[in-house]
Amino acid sequence: MSLLHIAILAPLFYAILTGIIGIKLKGIHTGWLVLPVPTVIFGFFLSMIPIVQQGNGGLHELPWIPSLGINFSVYLDGLSLLFSLLISGIGMLVVLYSIYYLDKKREAVHRFYVYLLIFMGAMLGVVLSDNMMVLYGFWELTSISSFLLIAFWYNRERSRYGALKSMLITVFGGLAMFTGFLMLSAMAGSLSVREVIAQTGEIVGEPLFLPAMILILLGAFTKSAQFPFHIWLPDAMEAPTPVSAYLHSATMVKAGIYLVARFSPVFAGQPEWFWLVSGAGLCTLIYGSVRAMKQTDLKALLAFSTISQLGLIMSLFGLGSASAFFTGSADALFYTKATTAAVFHLINHATFKGALFMVVGIVDHETGTRDLRRLGGLMALMPITFTIAVIGAFSMAGLPPFNGFLSKEMFFTAVLQAAKMDFWNVQTWGVLIPVIAWIASIFTFVYSMILVFKTFLGKGKPEALEKTPHEAPMGLLISPVILASLVVVFGFFPNLLSYSLIEPAMAAVLPNMLSSGEQFDVHITFWHGWNAEIFMTLGVILIGILIFLIFNKYRLLNSPWTERFTLNRLYDKGLAGYEKGSSKVTKSYMTGSIRHYVIYIFAAFVLLLTYAIVDSGGVKIDTSGFAPVSFYEMVIIISMIGSVLVLPFVKNRLIAIIITGMSGYMVTLFFVLFRAPDLALTQMIVETVSVMLFLLCFYHLPKLRKEMVPLRFKWTNAIISIAAGAVVTLLALGASSDRLFASISDYYIKESYNLAGGKNIVNVILVDFRGFDTMLEIMVLGIAAFGIYALIKIDSGDEIIGLGDRRVDLMLPNSNDVILRTISKLVIFIILTFALYLFLSGHNNTGGGFIGGLMTAAALVLLSMAFGMNISEKIIPVNFRTMIAAGLLIALLTGMGSFLFDAPFLSQAFDYFTLPLLGKTELATAVLFDLGVYLAVVGVTMTIIYSIGRDN
Amino acid sequence: MELYMALTIGVLFAVGVYLILSKSLLRIILGTSLVTHAIHLLLLTTARLKTGAAPLLGEKAESYVDPLPQALILTSIVISFGVTSFFFVLAYKAYQRLGTDDMEELRGREDE
Repeated sequence: MSLLHIAILAPLFYAILTGIIGIKLKGIHTGWLVLPVPTVIFGFFLSMIPIVQQGNGGLHELPWIPSLGINFSVYLDGLSLLFSLLISGIGMLVVLYSIYYLDKKREAVHRFYVYLLIFMGAMLGVVLSDNMMVLYGFWELTSISSFLLIAFWYNRERSRYGALKSMLITVFGGLAMFTGFLMLSAMAGSLSVREVIAQTGEIVGEPLFLPAMILILLGAFTKSAQFPFHIWLPDAMEAPTPVSAYLHSATMVKAGIYLVARFSPVFAGQPEWFWLVSGAGLCTLIYGSVRAMKQTDLKALLAFSTISQLGLIMSLFGLGSASAFFTGSADALFYTKATTAAVFHLINHATFKGALFMVVGIVDHETGTRDLRRLGGLMALMPITFTIAVIGAFSMAGLPPFNGFLSKEMFFTAVLQAAKMDFWNVQTWGVLIPVIAWIASIFTFVYSMILVFKTFLGKGKPEALEKTPHEAPMGLLISPVILASLVVVFGFFPNLLSYSLIEPAMAAVLPNMLSSGEQFDVHITFWHGWNAEIFMTLGVILIGILIFLIFNKYRLLNSPWTERFTLNRLYDKGLAGYEKGSSKVTKSYMTGSIRHYVIYIFAAFVLLLTYAIVDSGGVKIDTSGFAPVSFYEMVIIISMIGSVLVLPFVKNRLIAIIITGMSGYMVTLFFVLFRAPDLALTQMIVETVSVMLFLLCFYHLPKLRKEMVPLRFKWTNAIISIAAGAVVTLLALGASSDRLFASISDYYIKESYNLAGGKNIVNVILVDFRGFDTMLEIMVLGIAAFGIYALIKIDSGDEIIGLGDRRVDLMLPNSNDVILRTISKLVIFIILTFALYLFLSGHNNTGGGFIGGLMTAAALVLLSMAFGMNISEKIIPVNFRTMIAAGLLIALLTGMGSFLFDAPFLSQAFDYFTLPLLGKTELATAVLFDLGVYLAVVGVTMTIIYSIGRDN
Repeated sequence: MELYMALTIGVLFAVGVYLILSKSLLRIILGTSLVTHAIHLLLLTTARLKTGAAPLLGEKAESYVDPLPQALILTSIVISFGVTSFFFVLAYKAYQRLGTDDMEELRGREDE
C-alpha cells in the first residue's frame, strides 16, 4: 500500500468515522474536523509536483482479484496529479466555505460531510486508478455520492427529482463506459490503462475499436454534461451551493474530461474521435452559452455556463487530438497548443467558476433569493463580494488581465488552426469552427455581464427581499477571495502553472509526441501583438456590450412555447413511459395469485425436464437390475396409491390430515424395507409430531369447502399435475436404470471408518463429511422455530423475549386420563433413555443427533400431554429458545475449534482412549458437534409445540 | 420394485401438485407434504433399492445400500418438518386475522 492508496482511502475511512462521531458532536461544527483531510492530501500532492515533473510518479499495485486481472493499482502522472490537486484543493476551500454556509443547528451537517468525503475519496480514486475496473467502481461511487448530495434536502420534491435524474443519466453513461472498458480489455488483453495505451498500435484496426470508443465517450459525455446529456446539471443545482461549486463545477463534471484526456493516447489520431469530441464540445459550448443568457436564477445561469465551459474544454481536447495525425513531424506541435489551452482552461475554470458559485451562495445566503429579477444594487452593500464577482465574471468573459483572457486567446488560436486543417474532411466544415467559437464567446461575455451587473448594479429592490442584505461574514469570504486571487495571479504569472502542471499533464495526454527524456515546452505570454486573436476578443467585447444593452431592454426569456419541446420533457415523458411500460409487463404475469406462480414453476419444471430427457436420448428402462417385489410390498404400494388418490376429493379436514399422516407412515415402512433405519426412525417421530401439530392447529383452521372453481381451472390443474407426475416417474425410472457416471457414495462407504472413525455412514456424512451443510440446516430450523414463535406472539400482546406469561387456557390436549398419566410416568423414562442411547450410539449405530433430539422431544410432548404444560414446565424448567441458541453455538464452536489446530473450519478429529469403567472408548469431536445438533433439534421442536400449544 | 416405486412417486407427486394448485391454504400445505414424500422416495429409488445391507459398517456385509441419499433425506425430513410447521402457523394466523384461507381472497389489491 502506497501513500497514493492512503490518499484515496483516507477520505473514505474518515467518512465512516465522521458518520459515527458526527452525530454525537454538538459543540463544534463537523466541518472543522473534516477540514484537515483535504488539506493534508493537498499538501501531499503539492509535494509530489517536483517528483512528477521528473516523470517518477510511478505505479503502485495492490492485488485485489488477481485471478481476473483486477488490481487496485494507482498511477501518478501529470494528468492525475493536476486533477488530484483540483480535487483536494477546491475540496479544502469548499469545506471551509461550507462551515459558514451550513448551520450546524438546523442542518444534518455530519451527513453532509460523510457524503462529501465519500465523493472526495471516490474522485481521487477515479483520477489515480490505473485499472479500468477499479476506475469504473470509483466512477459510479462519484455518481452515488453526487446523488446523495443533490438530495441532501430530501424533503424537497425538486431535490429528489434532480438527484434521480443525475443518477439515471450518469449511471447510464457509466454502464456504457463499462462496456467500452470490457471491449478494450478484450482487445488488449489487460485491464490496465497503461498497458492498453502501450498496445494502441495493435488494437486500432480491430472491429470493436470504434464501438469501444463510442461507448467510452458516452460515459464521458454524460458525466461532463455534454449536449444532449446536459439536462441533469441544471437540476443538480438543488444541492447546497458548496456542493454545486465542488462537484457540479470544479471536479465531478470534469471526470468526463479526465476520461477523454486519459484515453486520448489510445483514440487520438482517429477522425471519429476528433469529430465526436470536438463536435460535442462545440455544440455544448454554444448551446450552453445561449441558455445561460436566458436564465433568471443565478445558479441556473451558472449551471448552463458550466455546461458551456465544459464544452469548450472538451472541444479543445478534440482539436488537440489532431496532433496525433502528425506524430513525429513539426506540424504536430502546432496542434498541441489546443491541448495546452484545454489543460490551462481546466485550471482557470475551476478557479473562476468556483469563486462565482461561492459568490452566488453568499448572495443567496444574505438576501434569501437568487432571482435576478429581485436582485440589484448590492455593490454598495457587499463590496468584497462584488469585487470577487467582477474578477470571476470578467475572467469567464475572457477579459484581461485575468487568467480567463489567456486561455480564451489560446482557444481562439486553436480554433483558427483547426479551420486550416486539410485532412479528415475538415476542409468543408472547418471554417465553421472559429465562427461557432466566436459567437459562443460573445454569449459568454453577455451572461457574465448579466451576472455582475444585474446582481450588483442598478437600483436596489430591498422591498423584494426577505432579509436586509449586508456583507457576508469573514468565514464565507475566505475561500472565494483565495480563488479570486488565484484568478489574478494565474493571469499575471501563467507560467507558474506551465512548468509545474501543464507540461507534465500534456506529457500524459500526448505521450507519443515526445521521445524519451523530452518535455513539452509551454510558455504562455500575455501579449502576442496585433494578431487575429486580439481582434476576435475586441469584437466579442463590442458586440457583447451591444447585445447586453438590447437584451436589457427586451428580455428574451424562455417562452412557454419553447418549453414544450425541450429535452427535459423528453426525459420526463420517457421516464414515465418506461415506468408505466415495465409495471404493465410485470403485472401481466405477477398477478398476486399463488396458483399462477405455481403453474409457472411446474410448467417450467415439466418443459425443462422433458427437453432434457428428449435431448439426452430418452429414458432407457432396464429392469434387469431391479429388486424383486414381495407380496407385502405390493400391499403397501397399492394402499399408498389408493389413499393418496382419494385425498383431492376429501371434504373433511380431519380426514384429509389423517390421510396425509397415513401416507407419511407408509413412507416410514418404505424406509424400513429399503434398509434405511435412520430414516425410518426419523420419519416416524416427525410424522407423529407433525400430526399432533396438525391436530393442535385443527381448531383454528377453517372448514374445507368445496372448491368453487370453473371446470376449466380444474382441468388445467389436473393436466399440469399429471404431467409433473409423469415426468417424475420417467425421471425415477431413467435414473435407476442408467448411471451416467460412477457414484461418489463408494468413497463414503470406504472411508467412513478410516477417516472419521464412525461406522454409521449416514451419521458420519452428516456430522463429518458434510458437517457444514448440517450446521446451516440446524440454523434454518432455528430460524423456522423463532419465526413460529414470533408469529404466535405477534398479536397476542405478549412480550416476545422471555418465557411469556403462564396462561391456564391451554389448547394442548390436557388429559385427565388416569391410565395415561400412570403409564406416562414410566414410559417417558423409557423413551428418554432410548433417546439418549440413540444419540450416543449414533456415530456407529442407528441414531444420532437428529433422531435422539426428536425422540427426546417426543418424550417431552408426551409429558406435557399427560400432565399439562404448566406442570411439565415446572418439571423441566428449560427455556427451549435458549436451548436452540446453545445448540447452534456448540456446533459453531466445535467447527471453529479446528482453527486452533490450523485446520479448515469443521475438521473433525477422533481418537481412542482407555477410560476407567468404559474401557477403550472412542472420543470424537464429531460427537460434540452432534450434541449441538441434538440440542438445537430438541429446542426447535419444543419451541414450536409450546408456541402453538400455548396460543389461544 | 423400482418400477412400482416410480409409479408411486409419480402418483404422490401428481396429487401433491394438484393440491398445491388449489385455493385452500390447508390443501396447499398437505400438498407440500406429499411432494416432499415423493421427493424422498425419488432420491432413494434413483440409488437403486435393496442392493445390500443397511449402511452400518457393523453389519460386516458384502455390500451396503447407498448411504448418500439417506443422508440427504434425513436432512430434508427435519427441514421439511420445520417448514411445514411454519406453514401451518402462518395459515392459521392468516385465517385468524383475515377470516379466510382462500388464496384468491388473500391476493393483494390490484393497485399495489
